[in-house]
Amino acid sequence: MTHAAGGDRETGKDRFDLARLPWLRPLIYSRWPLFIARSVTLAGFVFTILVGLFGSPVGSHNFAIIFVWIAWWTALKLFFIPLGGRSWCSVCPLPMPGEWLGQGGLVSKTRKRLGLRLRWPRRLRGYWLQVGLFLVIGLFSAVTLTDPRVTAWILLSLILLAILLSLVYERRAFCTYLCPIGGFTGIYAQIAPVEVRVVNTAICAAHAEKTCYLECPWGVYPVALRDSSQCGLCLECLRVCPQDNIALNLRPFNSDLGAARRTQRLDEAFLALVMLGSALAFGAVFIGPWGILKNAALAIGSLPWLGYAAAFLTLNMAFLPAAFALAVWLAEKGSLRTAPFRRALANWSQALLPLGLFSWIAFTVSFALPKFSYITNALSDPLGQGWSLLGSAQVVVNADKFNLAPILQVAALLVGLYWSVNLAVNLAKTETGAPLALRKAAPLVAFSLLYTLLMLGLLVG
Amino acid sequence: MMKPEWLARSLLVALLALAALAVGAGWYGQRGVVTLRARMPEGGGWSPGEIKADVGEPLKLRLTSDDVTHSFAVGQLDLPAVDIHPGEMSEVTLVFDRPGKYTYYCTRWCGLNHWRMRGTIEVSSPDPSQTGKVVVGETPLYLELGLDIDTPHPAQLTPGSKPAASAGRARLEQVPLKYRGLSYYRTHSPAAAWEALRAEPFARDLSDAQVWSLVAALWQANTGAERLAEAEAIYRQNCAACHGENGGGDGVFAAQAASEAASMDVPTSGQPIDAHDLKTPANFTAAESMLGASPAILQGKIVRGGMGTGMPYWGPIFTEEQIWALVDYLWTFQFDYSLEVNP
Repeated sequence: MTHAAGGDRETGKDRFDLARLPWLRPLIYSRWPLFIARSVTLAGFVFTILVGLFGSPVGSHNFAIIFVWIAWWTALKLFFIPLGGRSWCSVCPLPMPGEWLGQGGLVSKTRKRLGLRLRWPRRLRGYWLQVGLFLVIGLFSAVTLTDPRVTAWILLSLILLAILLSLVYERRAFCTYLCPIGGFTGIYAQIAPVEVRVVNTAICAAHAEKTCYLECPWGVYPVALRDSSQCGLCLECLRVCPQDNIALNLRPFNSDLGAARRTQRLDEAFLALVMLGSALAFGAVFIGPWGILKNAALAIGSLPWLGYAAAFLTLNMAFLPAAFALAVWLAEKGSLRTAPFRRALANWSQALLPLGLFSWIAFTVSFALPKFSYITNALSDPLGQGWSLLGSAQVVVNADKFNLAPILQVAALLVGLYWSVNLAVNLAKTETGAPLALRKAAPLVAFSLLYTLLMLGLLVG
Repeated sequence: MMKPEWLARSLLVALLALAALAVGAGWYGQRGVVTLRARMPEGGGWSPGEIKADVGEPLKLRLTSDDVTHSFAVGQLDLPAVDIHPGEMSEVTLVFDRPGKYTYYCTRWCGLNHWRMRGTIEVSSPDPSQTGKVVVGETPLYLELGLDIDTPHPAQLTPGSKPAASAGRARLEQVPLKYRGLSYYRTHSPAAAWEALRAEPFARDLSDAQVWSLVAALWQANTGAERLAEAEAIYRQNCAACHGENGGGDGVFAAQAASEAASMDVPTSGQPIDAHDLKTPANFTAAESMLGASPAILQGKIVRGGMGTGMPYWGPIFTEEQIWALVDYLWTFQFDYSLEVNP
C-alpha cells in the first residue's frame, strides 16, 4: 500500500482533508516530523527541569517558571487548543519515554516491548482524577507558579508517573485519566477546527484487522470517533490504515457540539464547570483588585489560605454546579419531553465549553501580553545568572504598545458567550421546535450571560 | 529496519545531552556566584542566611527581592549599601581581607521586623595563622568594667531644663583635669559627674543649673560636629524607626516592637521575658534614665541589644567608632550643644 494517492477521497462538504495536500502528505505519513518535534520538546522538558532545579531560585528569572507558566501556557491556551484541539498532546513529551518503551522503538515498533498492559480500573475512568489534580494544582498555584524548584519537581513527578503508568497500564492511561492538562484539552478539542475521521465507514466495516485501533496509542477506534476529545492527533491511524481511509480534516469550529447526547456521564459536565470556576477564581486572585484575596491565596497553609481554599473548592464543586443544575432544571421544567435529569445535565454541559475556553483565553491574554518580555529575557538568561545570550536580558519589550489586551479580552469573552448561547439554542432546537427553543434555552443563556458579566467585571472592569 | 531507529536514537540522545550540557555548562560557569534573595523577615528574610567565602577571593553576589525594596550592607565594612528592587537583579562583589564572621543586613525599613533581616558571611583563610581571629573589635567597655547594663540606673537629680553646653564652656578651664579626659567621660554618668563637680571647691558659687551646663560642656568637649553629623545619619537610618526622630522612643514601629518582643528570644540577663514586662524603645529625652547612664552603658546596650525589648544587637554591624559616635549623638537629646549662648 502506498500513500501517494489520496486525491480521489471523499469527505464532508464542510471538511477539508489536509492529508490530500501533496506537500503536507509526506510530512503526515512519515513518523519523523512528529518524532523530531517530540525529541525537541522532550529535550526542552529535560532542560526546563534541570534549570528549575539548578538555575536561579528566583521565579521571575528562571526559564522554568517563565517558559512553563507564561510561554507554554499561553501557547496552549491561545494557539494549540483553540486552533488544534489536542495538537499539544501530539508533541507532548510526558508520555513519550513510556510509549517508546512500550513499542520497543522510537520510530519503529519491535518485539522488545516493555509493560504489563493492564486495563485501567473501571472505577477510575472519566475525567474525575484529572479534575482533582487540576484543582489541587490550582489551590497551590502561588508556589507552583513562582518557585522554580517546585515547578521542576512537579514536571519530574509528572513524567515519572507517566512512565510508570505506561509500564503498568495499556495505552495512554496517564494522558486519558490523570494528566491535569489532558482533561480540559480534551473537552475543548471539540471546539477546535481539526479532526481525524474515517472517510468511508463501509471500508472499515469490511476490514477485519482493525489495524488503526491496534496501533492507536490512545486506544481509540477511529470509526467510533463521535468527537475529538479522546484523539491525540498523533496521526498513527493515518499511517497504518491499509486502505488510506482516514482523513485529517479542517472543519468549522464547534463541529463536535450542538447535537443531543444520550450519555449519563457527569464527569465532562463537572470538568467544564471546574474550568469556568477556576478561570473566575484565578481572575479574581491574579487580576482582581482584592489584596486580601491575593495574600490569602499566596500564604499557603495559613488560616486565610484555608479560607481561600474552602471558597475555591466551594465555588468549583458546589456553587457553580448548583447554579448550572438550577439552570438545567428550569430549562427542562417547562418542556413536554423531559429527559432524565442526569442526561439533561450532560447534554446541556456542551454549551459551557466555548464559554470556558474563551474565558481562559481572556484570562491568559491578561498576563501574556504584559509579561511577554519575560520570555525573551528568559531565553537570553535561562539560568537567571545575569547573562544576555540574545542581548535582550534587560530589554523591556512592551508587547501591548497599543493597549490591545482589554479589547482582545472583551472580544474573546463575547465570542465565547455568543457560541455558548448559540449552542444552547441549538440544543434546545433538537428537543422542541424553533419557536420554543429560545424560551427553553433561556436559563442556560442567563447562566452564560451572568458568568460572562462576572468575568468581564474581573478582567476589564 | 534498524537504521532509521538508530538514527532516531542518536538524535534523541544528542538532544538530551545538549540540554543537560547547556545547564551543566551554565551551572559550572556560574558556580562562584551566590544568588541572595531578600524577603521581609515575615516572609523568610535573607535566603541563604549563611554564606561562606575565602579571604582574598572575590565573593560575587546577585541580589534580588521577592517583595519590597531592600538594601544590602555588610557590617563593619566600608561599603555603600546596595539597593535591591523587587524582581530585579543587583550585583555586588565583596573581597574580604580578614577572616571572621561578618553580618549582612538590610538598611531599608522594609517592615516591622526589618532589623531581624540579617545573615552571616563566614570568611575563612587558607593561612592557619589567620583563622580564629574575629572581626568584631575588642571587648566592649561595659564587659571590661563589669557593668550590669540591664539594671535600671536612674539619676537621683535632674536639671529643670535642658542644660546648654554653651553656658558652661567658659568655665571649662576651671574644671580639674581628671574630669576632662575621654576615659572619665566614657565611664561616668552625667549625674555622677554633676555630683562630683558640685562637691569641687571651684563650683562652690555656681548654681545647680550652672553645674549642669558645665557637665554639658564637658560632654560636648569629648565629641565633634563632624562626628555628630555622621552619627545623626546612622541614627536616622537605623534607630529612628523605633526610638523616634527626636529620641522620644516614639518611632513609627515603637508600639509594635514592644508587643513583638514577647515572641522572640532576645538575650536578657538570664530571665525569660514576661509578657507583662514588655518595654517600649528607650526614650532618650527622659532625663532620669539618660543622665544616670554612662556612655559605657549606652555603648553596651547598642552593642549587645536585648533589654527585653526588640532592640537589635549592633555589635557586628557598626564599627566601634561608629557606636561611640552614636553614643555621643544620644546626649544631644539631653544637652543643648548649639554654639550660641542662650539668653
